[in-house]
Amino acid sequence: MSEVLPPVIVGAGPAGIRAAERLVAAGLRPVVVDEAARWGGQIYRQPPDGGFTRPKTALYGFEAGKADAVHRAMAAIRDRVDYCPRTLVWNCEAGALDLLSEGASEALPFSHLILATGATDRVLPFPGWTLPGVFTLGGSQVALKFQGCAVGRRVAFLGTGPLLYLVAYQYLKAGVEVAGVFDTTPFTTQACATAGMLRDPATLAKGLLFVGWLRAHGVPIHNGVRPVRGEGAERVDALVWRDARGQERRTACDAIAFGLGLRSETQLADLAGCRFRFDEADRAWLPERDGAGRSSVPGVYLAGDGSGISGADAAELAGERAALAMLEDLGRPVEAARVKELDGRLARIAAFRRSLSAAFPFPVDWADAIADDTMICRCEGITAGAVREVARSGQAREMNRAKALTRAGMGRCQGRMCSATTAELLSRALGTGPDGVGRLRAQPPIKPLPVSAGAERREVA
Amino acid sequence: MRERIDCDVAIVGGGIVGGSAALFLRQAGLSVTLLERDWCGAKASGVNFGGVRRQGRPLEQLPLSQRAHSIWGRLPELLGTDAEYIRSGHLKLARSEPDLASLIAYRERTQGFGLGLEIVTGEEFRRRWPALGDRAIGGSLCPEDGHANPRLVSPAFARAAAKLGAVVREQTPVDRVEKDGGRFVLLSGDALEVRARFLLNTAGAWSWRVAEAFGEPVPLESLHPNMAVTEPLPRFLDVNIGVEGGGVYGRQVPRGNMVVGGGRGFALDADRARPQRDAVLTLMRDAAELFPQLRHAHVIRCWTGVEGYTPDRNPIVGPSRTTPGLFHAFGFSGAGFQIGPGVGQTLAELVTTGGTPMPLEPFRIDRFTPTA
Amino acid sequence: MALLQRVAEQGRRVVRFTLDGRPVEALEGDTILTAMLTNGDRLRRTEFADTPRAGFCMMGACQDCWVRTEEGERLRACGTFIADGMRLLSNGEWNS
Repeated sequence: MSEVLPPVIVGAGPAGIRAAERLVAAGLRPVVVDEAARWGGQIYRQPPDGGFTRPKTALYGFEAGKADAVHRAMAAIRDRVDYCPRTLVWNCEAGALDLLSEGASEALPFSHLILATGATDRVLPFPGWTLPGVFTLGGSQVALKFQGCAVGRRVAFLGTGPLLYLVAYQYLKAGVEVAGVFDTTPFTTQACATAGMLRDPATLAKGLLFVGWLRAHGVPIHNGVRPVRGEGAERVDALVWRDARGQERRTACDAIAFGLGLRSETQLADLAGCRFRFDEADRAWLPERDGAGRSSVPGVYLAGDGSGISGADAAELAGERAALAMLEDLGRPVEAARVKELDGRLARIAAFRRSLSAAFPFPVDWADAIADDTMICRCEGITAGAVREVARSGQAREMNRAKALTRAGMGRCQGRMCSATTAELLSRALGTGPDGVGRLRAQPPIKPLPVSAGAERREVA
Repeated sequence: MRERIDCDVAIVGGGIVGGSAALFLRQAGLSVTLLERDWCGAKASGVNFGGVRRQGRPLEQLPLSQRAHSIWGRLPELLGTDAEYIRSGHLKLARSEPDLASLIAYRERTQGFGLGLEIVTGEEFRRRWPALGDRAIGGSLCPEDGHANPRLVSPAFARAAAKLGAVVREQTPVDRVEKDGGRFVLLSGDALEVRARFLLNTAGAWSWRVAEAFGEPVPLESLHPNMAVTEPLPRFLDVNIGVEGGGVYGRQVPRGNMVVGGGRGFALDADRARPQRDAVLTLMRDAAELFPQLRHAHVIRCWTGVEGYTPDRNPIVGPSRTTPGLFHAFGFSGAGFQIGPGVGQTLAELVTTGGTPMPLEPFRIDRFTPTA
Repeated sequence: MALLQRVAEQGRRVVRFTLDGRPVEALEGDTILTAMLTNGDRLRRTEFADTPRAGFCMMGACQDCWVRTEEGERLRACGTFIADGMRLLSNGEWNS
């Protein structure tokens, strides 16, 4: 009975596509559900239909070959999967997903599910971060890649992580003035971590090239930076920052692109009932998965950045590995050599990721510097002071309580943009580690659901 | 090393009933220990719809409900916060002549209880609530009913009690409870032992455990009212809305979000529940039909809770029939929020004076025929 | 006046729509976010503080880019494509 239902894959990025490819090769016909209009995920996002002409080398740079291979892999199996683009999965309940497409809701029952839900930028707030002109690093890259637009004429790049230098480089290449790269990591930390990154010389070389290119074009690169504020009334016109020596400085710009690494999209895993654990490297609660991608719930598999940040290359491997795990669990034959190879490569990437997170550490002191009147929850307009107050007065010792009492995380984004901040503020006010304050429980709908969908229900065939 | 607390009154359950009882007992000068398995006001008291409504209650609840009404009026003085409580009025809609007739009959029956119900129909109805259009032929307004933020009100009672000196222990499940001579003994693992002259059983959907420990089994069922909230919308509604005959209910908070309820969620386990997809979609459909202003809105969150329901949908309130010094208050069957503080005050009165003017006969714990 | 700057892909078909009643142009394949922010510097004003917002994550996570149409529809600007004849608003509806 359980094999009667087709396997379901959520997400058509590198993990989802490689999972689908493997299932198709085994003779199954998976359903691939994706919110985007075209496959590729965020990293290999394809431009929209309608006259976009840049070649993949222009869009994806060094990764053009990989992007193209992933795109082609999906194209090759297109007629052997049930592909549902522009479809939001808004809930997971009792062995079925709830899908929203074209305004109508429909339940999709599953016996076997691969969640490849991806990630978005992790952010912490600073005064002025809600001003027009302040975007995430990932968002700034989307504007360029997907729309041929820069987020400003003179852009400041702020934060940490591989995206910081990559996106600054891409902007510079596109002819945009880069006002500076403001890296929160001290120079010495990065230099020390470089040794570990030699595990992947290609990636290290690319990173060094970005930095070299930026320097060669006169882009100032500052290490050990903390933001003071974004200035501007109706839109941002300057970044005020503190340099490594504590000196306050001001850089005129009309846009700020910022991010502090990535944050997994875990809501569906939570609604599916997966057990979570605190991950020190990602400084986040993540659904547990074994080396093959099995979650704690039989029949539910996890792959890619949605269950721990490990990058696009790992996502491709993990997607295929999760599909192989599913096939094994379905009692189908799998090629042991391939499993072994994938496991080996995933292990090597995992080791490299550890050096990478050492090179771009999360700025743990940032949260202490957030003034009480700084807005932390963009949706509901909640301040840092409100969260600290419920912690200090003993009213909230964990995330969901803080949410109930302050509304932080209650708005449209369901805590995606503020929960990292709330966790930092709460744990520091309470003197615990970031793992000591729990995590926000996911609630359906995981993204806003039109009320009109209530009258637009499709029955399952 | 087990901590030992001796006190006058032990309370199991820090919802709005237990929290308010603790507050009133402290005001009367008794020593109080409140034990809460989760966080105070985190269960049904804190996640309900937020209607502060007397209208529509069975007559036997109205004395307690009126008592609660005057407490709600003193919220800032008692709690130091208004908890977003507004006396917006509660308007119960009639969609048909028979529904209107039953609203009129309810007003007749409740004369003398002080609800001040007002039947509004036809032109005047449309003039006063143009936002409701013609989806109702009229309604019954209880002008001093309203709504509040349950996430804020319910924890605030326990907090106010703590401020007055009540010992409030959260994350403290009661594993064993018994009476040892003249004293109740409550154990929370190996960590805590509480001894008290009086025991209040205000543990919501889990109260049956305490009742059973004293030989009073009750047919309590856990159900999960389904709720949803939209993104903020321009204000169009200033009253808390119910519909005669049940179905959907809704209120718009001053920030603009529309909170709607209807249908039931499902249990994940004995302690947790989730909204149910069909109930959510049906609720959205019905809410959009009742409030066309929601046509383009989005639901941003759904939730439910775990609430204890009795077979006759009246709560169990009053003294134990087996054990002197034990008082029960639970099984509010989805309607405990408004009445909660009135019940808390009544429990405090029972403990301090040995009696109450409130008629509690309809709420006796032994009114149900034993099922076994 | 424009927040976003076009740096490539400018050979696309022109799409005409109105922004706060003003006739403006975008290109086919633009998201509503791109269309509005190449013609102005905000998408909306917030409900609680009446401050300007212009989106943030551009990938459907932050939910900060909901805009409304003159017909009252609400659209997520980063994930919805512009179409001829759309009538979009970037003014606050909360202080009116």
